[in-house]
Amino acid sequence: MSLLELDNIVVEFPTRRGPLEAVKGLSLDLDEGEILGLVGESGAGKSITGAAITGLIEPPGLIRSGEVRLRGARIDNLPPEKMRRIRGKEIGAIFQDPLTSLNPVYTVGEQLIDTMRVHLGFDHKAARQRAIDWLAEVGIPAPEARLDQYPHQFSGGMRQRVVIALALCAEPKLIIADEPTTALDVSVQAQILALLKRLCRENGTAVVLVTHDMGVIAETADRVAVMYAGRLVEIGDVKQVIEEPLHPYTRGLMASIPQIGNRDRRLTQIEGAMPGLRNPAPGCAFAPRCPRAMEHCHSLRPAPQDAGTGQVACHLYGETA
Amino acid sequence: MTPQIAPDDILSVQNISKRFDVSEPFLNRVLERRPRRILTAVNDISFDVPRGKTFAVVGESGCGKSTVARLLMGLHTPSAGAIRFEGTDITHMPPGNPPELRRRMQMIFQDPYASLNPRWRVRDIIGEPLKNFGICKTRAEVTREVEKLLSQVGLIPADAKKFPHEFSGGQRQRLSIARALTTRPELLICDEPTSALDVSVQSQILNLMKDLQDEFNMSYIFISHDLAVVWYMADVLAVMYLGKIVEVGPKEQIFENPQHPYTRLLMETVPKLTVGGTERAPVAGEVPNPISPPPGCSFHPRCPLANDTCRSVAPALNLRAGGQKSACHAADEGRLPAWLRLAAE
Ligand SMILES: Nc1ncnc2c1ncn2[C@@H]1O[C@H](COP(=O)(O)OP(=O)(O)O)[C@@H](O)[C@H]1O
Ligand SMILES: Nc1ncnc2c1ncn2[C@@H]1O[C@H](COP(=O)(O)OP(=O)(O)O)[C@@H](O)[C@H]1O
Ligand code: SF4
Ligand code: SF4
Ligand SMILES: [Mg+2]
Ligand SMILES: [Mg+2]
Repeated sequence: MSLLELDNIVVEFPTRRGPLEAVKGLSLDLDEGEILGLVGESGAGKSITGAAITGLIEPPGLIRSGEVRLRGARIDNLPPEKMRRIRGKEIGAIFQDPLTSLNPVYTVGEQLIDTMRVHLGFDHKAARQRAIDWLAEVGIPAPEARLDQYPHQFSGGMRQRVVIALALCAEPKLIIADEPTTALDVSVQAQILALLKRLCRENGTAVVLVTHDMGVIAETADRVAVMYAGRLVEIGDVKQVIEEPLHPYTRGLMASIPQIGNRDRRLTQIEGAMPGLRNPAPGCAFAPRCPRAMEHCHSLRPAPQDAGTGQVACHLYGETA
Repeated sequence: MTPQIAPDDILSVQNISKRFDVSEPFLNRVLERRPRRILTAVNDISFDVPRGKTFAVVGESGCGKSTVARLLMGLHTPSAGAIRFEGTDITHMPPGNPPELRRRMQMIFQDPYASLNPRWRVRDIIGEPLKNFGICKTRAEVTREVEKLLSQVGLIPADAKKFPHEFSGGQRQRLSIARALTTRPELLICDEPTSALDVSVQSQILNLMKDLQDEFNMSYIFISHDLAVVWYMADVLAVMYLGKIVEVGPKEQIFENPQHPYTRLLMETVPKLTVGGTERAPVAGEVPNPISPPPGCSFHPRCPLANDTCRSVAPALNLRAGGQKSACHAADEGRLPAWLRLAAE
């Protein structure tokens, strides 16, 4: 059984101009211990997908249809109190801004100790020792002294390390990390990703890593799902998606990344922009920008088909090709 | 002393510094016996911008890149040093003055939204400098010029009647480029112009900027924290660390054989778009506080090659065999290890 299943989820925000579908029917599976990269440009629906998993979609937004299952059991329809417990114990969350996850009025130690007492039933002494171990584990120098400091006394990179410790200390099976290194400098980014990857491997924790940065994906993920305008357009093994992508959008995206050593005078560019979510066109959402669009692309929406190491939603592949 | 400027350089900066007083309010300081705190954002740097080329500045956040840009635009007064633009000393000229000179330098910012008045229509945002600087005399002329500028940056004439919020991030950056082009500047200072944009949009904007540079023969100062973007844009490259230029020279030379351990650190941390094989070498440490930078070479706490000299004496920016300059004792003493070329291509 998969650890996590998203089964055709639709996330909707009621607005004054009618409902807006931010995620338009998305399905994917995640195995225990697997790191899945969720990529796409801003507004594609990555964060909303992450929030659908953690039950953190802000009302009046809601999961209109579909199911989220954790080890086979539905979690999208749980009462808030139950979901909160799952969020601390089974699913951890890491966000771009570490301060979203940290409480400014408690010391870092109090937050770690509290989490472990609640979710693992440790007594104070054992939890304190584990908290020191965790700070050491995430690379914070002088962990005993730092334990009694407040979040604002840590630098940005150190804070994100604390958040990783906090997300992992309850020993969850799944972490949703939404742009965890986007706000950090590249030299610090590399440290944080290496840390996240190592700890999740060691603890068998699965990760959904939401990011717009393909470099981050290339070095961290096992599989990659690419989103465009609220839908999944391609999912497959990281090597395929990064090095030999199948979907024309993924190809354009990869080619547009500047690379050191490349001597082309111009960067490859995808013309135009991702369409808004309102009034979606009937066919493939990428058709207006697609260099390979065929006539039926504009009228017939491509469904995900098995292709390569995963699935692709494009008329160039599968039966309709 | 008037600084000299080579005829091939459009801008020359000499020994410029910017210190900010970040002390607590006077009374607090007295009551709590706290000392005055001075933050040196830019620390005695010099560089020349070649005409018609791109001078890129790269470095991690907080190293002083934006402060350099603001000093050049007259938005900050330097604490020391001199800036010459086309032979004229502009060090102490207030922003926008004298107009004849300032219109020849323009700037675009990372966040185009913050730099565009949200209550103005595009035709007014772009039309205002056209009128102010007397570039267009009649309304008909302004309208024609606005439409021309919009099409030059890849927008359409109908966009003239829209407001900034009706555009996407990439289109807004096109708007701020159009506005910067109104005065036909010879030098365009670009402070992280694509850092807030998605890669697919970034490539559109970078291509546009290259095309415009060729078309109008502009010189660029291009600020970024992204080495891959800098590789694509730069002719000359300066690497900054804690308010200092630690390496500067022809781009190819610096990428081929960096002569400063910090430049090497930056290059090693560039994420590679290949799977498996080499992972980024995680580098120890973070950038220290610019209020009390480490003595000697300010990079020494993170440098694997640091020795006693490094911990006490600041290294000078010296010329290296490859043609670039770097500020490093190890390079001076010939103990910088050979650089294994990046597996690019
Ligand atoms: N609270 C909200 N109300 C209305 N629309 C929203 C809300 N949150 C997100 N959206 C819309 O959902 C879309 C997807 O957002 P998001 O998942 O945050 O994208 P990203 O891929 O950048 O993480 C966006 O177009 C956004 O406008
Ligand atoms: N107006 C200011 N007052 C006080 N400190 C400032 C001011 N502007 C910048 N700084 C400080 O100067 C340093 C360099 O900042 P900046 O030039 O913005 O760096 P960068 O653009 O490279 O990220 C930072 O430590 C920043 O906090
Ligand atoms: S379905 Fe058609 S338009 Fe869409 S990506 Fe495939 S080829 Fe292009
Ligand atoms: S001067 Fe010394 S500490 Fe500074 S970069 Fe060179 S070797 Fe490292
Ligand atoms: Mg997001
Ligand atoms: Mg800046």
